Amino acid sequence: MLQYIFRRLALSIPTLIAISLVVFGLLDLAPGDPTSQLPLTIPMEMRENIRESLGFNDPFIIRWLNWLELMMVNEPIHLIDSKVGVCLSDMWGSDCATADRIISWQSRSPALDTVYERLPQTVWTLGLGLLFGVIIAVPIGTLQAYRQYSWFDNIGTVVTMLGYSVPVFVIGPIFIWLFSVQNQWLPTFYTTTHDVQWSSWSSIWFQIKQLLMPVTVLTLFNAATFGRFARASVLENLNEGYVRTARAKGLSEAVVMNRHVVRNSLIPVVTLLALSIPGIFSGAIITENIFRINGLGQLLLLSIGQNDLPMVQSLVFIFAALTVLFNIVADVLYGVLDPRIRYD
Amino acid sequence: MTDQQAPSESLTDAALDSGTKAANELGEFRSLKADVWRQFRRHKGAMGGVILLTLVVSGCLLGPPLMGFDTATPDVANANRGAFDWPHLFGTDNLGRDAFARALLGGRISLAVGFVAMAVSIIVGVLIGVFAGYFRWLDSPLMRLTDLFLSLPLLPILLVTVVLFRDPVQDRLGDNLGIFVLMVAIIGGTSWMSTARIVRGEVLSIKQEEFILASRSIGTRPWVIIMKHVVPNVMSPVIVAASLGIAVAILTESAVSFLGLGFPLDLPTWGKLLDEAKDRISLNVWLTIGPGILLSATVMSVNLIGDGLRDALDPQGRSKG
Repeated sequence: MLQYIFRRLALSIPTLIAISLVVFGLLDLAPGDPTSQLPLTIPMEMRENIRESLGFNDPFIIRWLNWLELMMVNEPIHLIDSKVGVCLSDMWGSDCATADRIISWQSRSPALDTVYERLPQTVWTLGLGLLFGVIIAVPIGTLQAYRQYSWFDNIGTVVTMLGYSVPVFVIGPIFIWLFSVQNQWLPTFYTTTHDVQWSSWSSIWFQIKQLLMPVTVLTLFNAATFGRFARASVLENLNEGYVRTARAKGLSEAVVMNRHVVRNSLIPVVTLLALSIPGIFSGAIITENIFRINGLGQLLLLSIGQNDLPMVQSLVFIFAALTVLFNIVADVLYGVLDPRIRYD
Repeated sequence: MTDQQAPSESLTDAALDSGTKAANELGEFRSLKADVWRQFRRHKGAMGGVILLTLVVSGCLLGPPLMGFDTATPDVANANRGAFDWPHLFGTDNLGRDAFARALLGGRISLAVGFVAMAVSIIVGVLIGVFAGYFRWLDSPLMRLTDLFLSLPLLPILLVTVVLFRDPVQDRLGDNLGIFVLMVAIIGGTSWMSTARIVRGEVLSIKQEEFILASRSIGTRPWVIIMKHVVPNVMSPVIVAASLGIAVAILTESAVSFLGLGFPLDLPTWGKLLDEAKDRISLNVWLTIGPGILLSATVMSVNLIGDGLRDALDPQGRSKG
């Protein structure tokens, strides 16, 4: 298993390099350049110097390799440095303070620092939405399958259908209208400066209130997706021979369902969960836009609008790297949960 | 519907149909086409989906001319009227244009993008799937390409691509046609992967069938075998993928337009209307609910039709939800 994980991780490096070529190449075709935002009074020679200093006149392959080194070597090292408090950069012959990093054109500061600042908001909303979605979906899906074609199943199927047919950008504004415009119960935007004090109830309550709408919207969507999947998975397992055996040897229905059927049905659900985490980042862009959460999705939109290429490249590459990572996690989990699958 | 028996039977279509009719009366023999239709008709959700989709499509096509509102010129005297203010069912927008008529007009473009992008995605998916499945030397590179596309974060890439290529394509093809072609191309070009995988799998198993061997042995060229024998036989999963693909394409277009990066203001789509309505939600919530209902109804009906088709075309999947 460990060998399998290492092999998959090693194999993901060429994939990441290919993805970085696509991402970098695509954005390199962009017509905009950083000097276009500068005042017109700056003479052409100085513009040319600025372009030269930013490395814009190098051939494509050089710029790509430079960027690749920054993204895949310097930035991880810097992250480790700042987290652990040591200075690994010394080993690469550069100073900790002056180590090269990807610089955003917008803020003139390291792009990934902004990313780290905005990560918590995204993780909070997405994580809670996913968690609650699964917690709601699995029992309901199981019960639906157990009582197939009952009134509970039929209502569940209709609600599920509605849940994934009504997009987030329709239900979101309607929620805002209901809970923030008609009744001023919930705030319409997320206050990042709010520092959650775990000792104070009002502080926690404030955080709950500002998370409530985005998390509910995401939960509804996730619950619909996972509930449908859980139901199909349980239905499939209920027809298996081992269920008949379990019932035949006199186990109670509760034991048959909880010990045997649900456990086996969860295997594909967990895989879907790992696989859907990157797709949820797409949802983050929309959710953060609706509820004005300044997370990664909003950062991406902002950077696209400001023509901040280094930031956009970093973000898209991070999303892609997470996709690759969670694909591996899904495969590994599949093997852990299902002993019939062997990777040797 | 495809007629899977046609390639292997010597009967012509007309003879097969009349034969089916005669045999149906005796209750002995049903063609695949009739069987699928029978199954599909029994699926309540799917029939509901067909009715709903017909309603939305005909409403979008016939509604605006029948209502006779002028949605082109601003009428500031009537701006921001509330919902149910006769004759404006959903009220008017900030320029006094009828919101319901605009939602239906927006539906035309959203539906057109959905159908055309689905067609692009299916064509690309079937081509790549068939080539990967049929020609062994193409299998590995094409499947690696599919894997690469699957691990790209699609919405961010889509947003970036729209922004980068909007101006050049619009310069070449004109404002409205340019953005339409661009949206269709990128949505189609980023959603073909699942079709390609399914088709490849089907082609790999069909390639082992005896009728392909027979066809090869009489010297049929690969191209003819693919078009005559392979493609018709992989159509069932492709039809299901196509119907679900419409929903994905419409949702993607709406998402991009909602984020303000898709169609321009004067060319409304459901996503664009929802984007505009978001900022006026305290004035008139029906600006959101109107396009929202149309969009959700379309997505739901297409999903229902897809489920029904899957149940009808795939005998093994009939018990699944």
